[in-house]
Amino acid sequence: MFKKLTLSALAALALSAGGAMAAGSDGHVHDVDFVFEGPFGKFDENQLQRGLQIYTEVCSACHGLQHVPIRTLADEGGPHMPEDQVRAYAAQFDIYDEELEDDRPRKSSDFFPSSSLSNAPDLSLMAKARAGFHGPMGTGISQFVNGIGGPEYIVSLLTGYTGEEKVQAGTTFYENTAFPGGWIAMAPPLYGEDVEFADGHSNELHHEAEDVTAFLMWTAEPKMMARKQAGFVAVTMLILLTVLLYLTNKKLWAPHKGKKFDL
Amino acid sequence: MSGIPHDHYEPKTGIEKWINGRLPILGLVHTTLTAPTPKNLNWMWIWGIVLAFCLALQIVTGIVLVMHYTPHVDLAFASVEHIMRDVNGGHMIRYLHANGASLFFIAVYLHIFRGLYYGSYKAPREVTWIIGMLIYLLMMATGFLGYVLPWGQMSFWGATVITGLFGAIPFVGEALQTFLLGGPAVDNATLNRFFSLHYLLPFVIAGLVILHIWAFHHTGNNNPTGVEVRRGSVKEAKKDTLPFWPYFVIKDLFALGVVLVVFFAVVGFMPNYLGHPDNYIPANPLATPAHIVPEWYYLPFYAILRAFTADVWAVQFVSFITGGIVDAKFFGVLAMFGAIFVMALAPWLDTSSVRSGKYRPMFKWWFALLAIDFMVLMWVGARDTEFPHDWISLIGATYWFVYFLVILPLLGVFEKPLPTPATIEDDFVAHYPGAAKDSAE
Repeated sequence: MFKKLTLSALAALALSAGGAMAAGSDGHVHDVDFVFEGPFGKFDENQLQRGLQIYTEVCSACHGLQHVPIRTLADEGGPHMPEDQVRAYAAQFDIYDEELEDDRPRKSSDFFPSSSLSNAPDLSLMAKARAGFHGPMGTGISQFVNGIGGPEYIVSLLTGYTGEEKVQAGTTFYENTAFPGGWIAMAPPLYGEDVEFADGHSNELHHEAEDVTAFLMWTAEPKMMARKQAGFVAVTMLILLTVLLYLTNKKLWAPHKGKKFDL
Repeated sequence: MSGIPHDHYEPKTGIEKWINGRLPILGLVHTTLTAPTPKNLNWMWIWGIVLAFCLALQIVTGIVLVMHYTPHVDLAFASVEHIMRDVNGGHMIRYLHANGASLFFIAVYLHIFRGLYYGSYKAPREVTWIIGMLIYLLMMATGFLGYVLPWGQMSFWGATVITGLFGAIPFVGEALQTFLLGGPAVDNATLNRFFSLHYLLPFVIAGLVILHIWAFHHTGNNNPTGVEVRRGSVKEAKKDTLPFWPYFVIKDLFALGVVLVVFFAVVGFMPNYLGHPDNYIPANPLATPAHIVPEWYYLPFYAILRAFTADVWAVQFVSFITGGIVDAKFFGVLAMFGAIFVMALAPWLDTSSVRSGKYRPMFKWWFALLAIDFMVLMWVGARDTEFPHDWISLIGATYWFVYFLVILPLLGVFEKPLPTPATIEDDFVAHYPGAAKDSAE
């Protein structure tokens, strides 16, 4: 019986595997071992706070996070900053208040500013809006092992500049090994040693790239830890229920199949 | 309700008699729950309960999502993010709803292919089959409408491509497309009507599900042997069947439990695996994505749609004899809907006297090829249309039609089926030798 059931489950999985599809990224994306990956993965508060610092000092010059409420910086399962620090952080960005008919400093209940540069995409969901892995043959089956690869794409992009530049129709493009097509309009945002961390953590390029990516994964999926926890509770309870149903079923059918069943 | 002889409901207590004298609903519930069900159903007969669960899950989670969602082009995307970030448990409800759609389609495909293999569509179950096909079409429509609601890039461009299909219909196409969209292009009017219909159709599906269940309760379930339950007397029928409650309810719930373990693991640990990353980018009418790919469950039929390009001789021939009215685009649309239509005609295309594929030595192989064909079409539907993908989808699409229109009718003539068991009881005893004594009593 279990053999048949396993076959059914495999068939179901195989059917669904067709789902992860090619998005046509020709760039090279390398796998990164993030602490938040896998069923047991958790965000590292310190890493998220370092990522926030990089975002604030570098990325926010052009990019925004318009879907992220600033108050969520204090959330557990996120950067988990003290409330007063979050309020102070919010106050550094002004916002136009329709009631005051004037600008005022943001409160923690306001959202992060949106992109200040018109062609700089909003970063709120960037870590979920890209797929790094598509293979083999566009089936997306490798995503079972590596994950979808959004964060890996961001790290690969941030560390993928070759230093080559070209000017086309008045715009400068920078060669990048991760970007589809190979040439990106964004100048290299990080070179290494772009920020100084208060705790003296390494600010080499690949560390910075990973830290800011972890932060962007949090902005894209702030409830990730709650979700995984709910997943564990659900799976555990369902396994328990299923075992009980299995035994009930076996006992129920035993007399009709001419079998003995004692518990 | 059931055509199989069975014990009838007798109200015993006073309150039962009172209710049943006024509305025989207790009798209806009793008959439904105790429906005589073939003993020998295997594990492929569990997808019905999974589907019923999916419909309930989608309706319940959907109703909650509607409480927080805003159907407006400027607000829809942000309202979904509001659900993901601020609504209590909102992220879980949305992921259950999004992945619930995938589970729904996995289950429906396995359910359909179960029916195709064991000949469940054959007389006297044609109406059950047709209603099932209608449910499947409505599921496709509902899934498509729902995918538009988050108003991401794939929502917008998917809606543009799919409504464009209706634009390919000669003469009335353009007017029809404008009518569906509520304007010249996908815009706020489109989003609003899609939202309205996405809420409506599941209840139409629920109504059809009741008819589907009613129909097969009247004819009795098919079973892996395809041999009918003996109907001479209640005693005889009882040798082939067991009541739905508790035997099949418990069995189905166990199977549902196994399916849900996998489902909740996906929702909890990889909820975006089956979605498209581009749908986390807000809809932008000015930026077409590099590849517009529908959700995975449409891919086999999307591949058939794209398979028939203008350089295929069949397309050129049809275009020639219709004086250009049926062009390549319209041919593709006809092929896509035709692929489902020929499947719906299976009861009349299959000429074999034997119902179950288990006893059809040649059919087995053609059926296996159809299942592989379906998977290949699903894969190629997500690829670009460069060589060799164009050839693979053309061959795959052709086989789909050849299977239903040529192979099924011919097999009935050329195939020599194996002997089937005389009764369901015989089949059951062959599996469980110990059961012989029990049945002999």
